[in-house]
Amino acid sequence: MSSRLVRLAVIATVAGAFSGLFGVGGGTIIVPLLILWLDYGEREATGTSLAAIVGIAALGAVAHGALGNVHVGKAALVAAPAVAGILAGTALQQRVPERAVSVGFVVVLVASAGALVL
Amino acid sequence: MAGALAMGAAAGLAGGMVGVGGGVLFVPALVLFLGLGQLDAQASSLLAVVLVAAVGAWRQGQYGNLRLRDGIVVGLLSPLGVLAGTAVANVASERLLELSFAAMQLLFAFQIAKRALRPSESPSGAGTDRFAE
Repeated sequence: MSSRLVRLAVIATVAGAFSGLFGVGGGTIIVPLLILWLDYGEREATGTSLAAIVGIAALGAVAHGALGNVHVGKAALVAAPAVAGILAGTALQQRVPERAVSVGFVVVLVASAGALVL
Repeated sequence: MAGALAMGAAAGLAGGMVGVGGGVLFVPALVLFLGLGQLDAQASSLLAVVLVAAVGAWRQGQYGNLRLRDGIVVGLLSPLGVLAGTAVANVASERLLELSFAAMQLLFAFQIAKRALRPSESPSGAGTDRFAE
């Protein structure tokens, strides 16, 4: 196996563990590792992270759905405004420097770490 | 209800800017405003994340910022991590796991900040300036 594939496998494992434990997609793990380990640009890292998250979250959602834990209507209530938000967010991201994307990401990482500790 | 809609919109906006699915905000929105317990909130959050991340990935693909093959590889291999996480959760305390992931995120934040603050890359390309530091 190439070292690149090994790195992708490690990213998948850590992100999957984080997702399974805390009910999130794992983007706060995937984005920094793509940038720091695989030399991705910030925008590429965020786009590729979102694609990976689809797979990770879908598995979790199916498993939880089988157990009867998923409330589709309530999920739709937060997802509908979020779809509008992500269309605006991705459009906005194309108009700011990559460095600004990094700064925003640092803020999200610190906030997420704070939420875990509290 | 209005709070849930506002937090959903904020989660999507942040997700588009920095490439996360928004679960960090969906879970508390579902608990605080829509009355779900923690487990059901996490489960329902994942369904919302699927939809939002799919739309985000599609848009980023149109902007030329998607390496689909790598994304698929990470998505397909992630069940290994889910199994590993479940196994670890049975032997380690939840508090230890929370603190471990928080420490990892702070380390990433430090390294990304350091990288963003270094002088601009020379236009001659990556790989040269890196060793000139």
